[in-house]
Amino acid sequence: MARTNAIGLEKNDYKGAPTTLCQGCGHNSILSQIIAATYEMDMLPEDIVKFSGIGCSSKAPTYMLSRSFGFNSLHGRMPSIATGALLGDRTLTGIAMSGDGDSASIGMGQFKHIMRRNIPMVYIVANNGTYGLTKGQLSATSEVGLTLKKQGTNLLQPIDICMEAMASNATFVARSFAGDPKQVKTLLKAALRHNGTAIIDIISPCVSFNNADNSMHSYGWGKAHENPIHDLTFIPARDEITVEDFEEGTSQDVTMHDGSVIRLKKLDKDYDPTSRAAAVAMLEEAASNQELVTGLIYIDPERPSFYDVMGMSKTPLNRLTETDLRPAPETMQEINDAMF
Amino acid sequence: MTQKTVNDFSITVGTSNGSGSQTSNLTILRALFKMGIPVTGKNMFPSNIQGLPTWYTIRLSKDGYTARRDEHEVVVAMNPKSFERDLSDVLPGGIFFYDDSIKMPIERDDITVYPMAVKQLIKEANIPANLRTMVSNMVYVGVLAEMLGIEMEKIKMALDFHFKGKEKPVSINMGVIEASAKWAAENLEKSDPYFVEPMDKTKGLIMADGNTAAALGSIYGGVQVVGWYPITPATSLVEKMNAYLPKLRKNEDGDPTYAVVQAEDELAAVGIAIGGAFSGARSMTSTSGAGISLMGEFTGLAYFAEMPIVVWNVQRMGPSTGLPTRTSQGDLNQALYLSHGDTKHIVLLPSSARECFEFGWKAFDIAERMQTPVFVLSDLDLGQNQWISEPFDYPDAPMDRGKILWEDDMESFEAEHGKWGRYKDVDGDGIPYRTVAGNRREGSSYFARGTGHDAYANYSEAPDVWIEGMNRLVKKYETAEQYVPEAIVDNVDGASVGIIAYGSTDPAIVEARDLLAAEGVKTNYLRLRALPLTETVEKFIKENDVVFVVEMNHSGQLREILGVEYPALSTKLVSSALNNGLSLTAEWIRDDILAKKEN
Repeated sequence: MARTNAIGLEKNDYKGAPTTLCQGCGHNSILSQIIAATYEMDMLPEDIVKFSGIGCSSKAPTYMLSRSFGFNSLHGRMPSIATGALLGDRTLTGIAMSGDGDSASIGMGQFKHIMRRNIPMVYIVANNGTYGLTKGQLSATSEVGLTLKKQGTNLLQPIDICMEAMASNATFVARSFAGDPKQVKTLLKAALRHNGTAIIDIISPCVSFNNADNSMHSYGWGKAHENPIHDLTFIPARDEITVEDFEEGTSQDVTMHDGSVIRLKKLDKDYDPTSRAAAVAMLEEAASNQELVTGLIYIDPERPSFYDVMGMSKTPLNRLTETDLRPAPETMQEINDAMF
Repeated sequence: MTQKTVNDFSITVGTSNGSGSQTSNLTILRALFKMGIPVTGKNMFPSNIQGLPTWYTIRLSKDGYTARRDEHEVVVAMNPKSFERDLSDVLPGGIFFYDDSIKMPIERDDITVYPMAVKQLIKEANIPANLRTMVSNMVYVGVLAEMLGIEMEKIKMALDFHFKGKEKPVSINMGVIEASAKWAAENLEKSDPYFVEPMDKTKGLIMADGNTAAALGSIYGGVQVVGWYPITPATSLVEKMNAYLPKLRKNEDGDPTYAVVQAEDELAAVGIAIGGAFSGARSMTSTSGAGISLMGEFTGLAYFAEMPIVVWNVQRMGPSTGLPTRTSQGDLNQALYLSHGDTKHIVLLPSSARECFEFGWKAFDIAERMQTPVFVLSDLDLGQNQWISEPFDYPDAPMDRGKILWEDDMESFEAEHGKWGRYKDVDGDGIPYRTVAGNRREGSSYFARGTGHDAYANYSEAPDVWIEGMNRLVKKYETAEQYVPEAIVDNVDGASVGIIAYGSTDPAIVEARDLLAAEGVKTNYLRLRALPLTETVEKFIKENDVVFVVEMNHSGQLREILGVEYPALSTKLVSSALNNGLSLTAEWIRDDILAKKEN
């Protein structure tokens, strides 16, 4: 018999349709970690809703969580669809898959404004520094000097997803590398518990169009230049065992909104993921050193989510009936009187 | 003195934008309304915050006509910048009131001229400096009241309403009005023929603008998720919603039963509405002009993925930025066909504030029944100006949530129809059964997409699957004919000339038909209230020898749509279209029809 999680589901219950992405695509390993994280966190697939825009990244949600509702929307417009859908049912957990074209170019406005609203959801940018589905054009996150087969050399400065997220006052900013499944999964688990928009920029090599070893978005580069800022271990609220694994003085706890804790084991003793200034300085430095700094870059677990700001009812809007939604007949006279 | 004219003339006030004259103008309008006189007010304002000339015209009509007129019998000039034009606008025999601090020549001997001592009256009123400009506009309220016969008690009622009963602003303004009336009684001698007298023609009526009515209609329709972005002249629709929602739509815990989001742009505004629809909330947006163009991309998605949303378009002049503060019916074609690819949308066409309320709630029923975007085309004139109206009627039918399946519905569906598919047409009417995100039953989910899909929402590039899907959407559109508001026909014995019109031109059509009858031309009238077209429209065209299609756009868009829909009847259809930013007058319609009828 296959193993089941605490709610009696097998890992297969979290899978999707067979992938049609290229073999070896970094996106596939991201999907595997979403499946693993949601399975291990005992989440009911029907409690999850998937969102995406357009592009290779945005095709990906088909290949996971087929029991969940999903919306493959328009290029760069996923955040508005997610905003509306989650306002319609705030009890759903949103997992969004976007890409560098989807979020850093056509959808930059929506990308930034969902962070401003702080709608609780996981927002993954599967970042490969190229346009895959249209066959290998340069993207806004391509590094200066990147040379692609038919496009020539990129001469423009790249946009840093995490820096943009910081500038937009995101409450959860992380970066990982698709080839580091353990870290991806741990960050996903933390993001899924975050009471706000959780941005994870995942460098996800494009095996077909951008995988030369001299590219920042390649496997070769990623493996050689990855510089984890700290080890992260996510401790679910219902699990209280793992504390003694961590030495005092080298770890930092961050309490999530639901009481669960992310434990940050710092490589750099001074790095503080709750400090905006430190996060921005670290990103600046990493950029000048051409390093992929991975891990939880910034978190603010205190800022109210959009639901809190709006004072929304715990009952999701989509469960309200006519009695709740149509004002009583006796109000009509009052309204007509108010018209003059 | 020529013959006395009572309750049948227009008053136009020329002021400066942002000077607070709107309070004065609305006070006059409302006082006349409370005197029982049919009135309409039209604000002719520039796209500007402060300083440019702006006009407000009040038409009094003892016969109840509410269309715009070109003539101005009574003109009030408060702004030196528009003084010359205001003076020349006065109809011969008319009257001209002006702020006597404007020292400009008045070389007309065919009108009655009354100076107003605005500066002196404001000085004597001893008002704080910051309120002087605002309150100086109350001088003409007082002078007009005295010279025309507007009742002080009704003016007080209008001010109480405007300031929500706050004593201080009411007494400051009322003080200036009374002092100005007294000054006029002592210093001006009535030598013109225009008078206001009480009537009983507004009893039981209310006064409202279309945007407020649309906001309230949406609230009674159970609106839940609103995405919007400010744009003239649609902005006040959501602003009114924000004003009334907290009063009308809190649950027993005091929590809102809605979420209104001011988005970053119109793309996100409609995206938020579509997202809301995906999880089963009643969702809408409202916009105008460029905003509706920006929504084109998402409209195609909502159409193809079959998401019920309501889109209010309070039309202004286009193309491009056009004239943001002028009215138009230029977006009909766009509303019908918005998006790339083959699309055809449901369009509702309200023509009064009361219908804005009615279509406000009905649009949600139609959208959810048909699982598609519903466009409601209002316009600046209907949306922003004050109209006398029958009171709003409480919805006469329970909400129609359409074919929606929640957890408990799935089993009985499957027992009856077999396996559920999001886009499976089991009833033969083109409308599938939908589940919404949040349905927790295993097997209820689907993957919504704007890409090609089969009956089970799976991606498909198969040619026959595509054709099947499009054919079903066409069938669904035909089904919509039985759910949209039916056209209203008014036939007259012996008439063989027909008029088809829609939206805010209705008051002008009503008046034009009387003018045409006076010329010996009897007309039948079909007021279109929605697209798709129904058999009623075809029958109407068949029954008439010639049909004038009257509308406020340049190319005669409805004429074109009718011609395509009924090619065999198209030679009967004559376009009577004018789009210059001003709402149509009855005289223009009469003259255009008479001229074209001869040919």
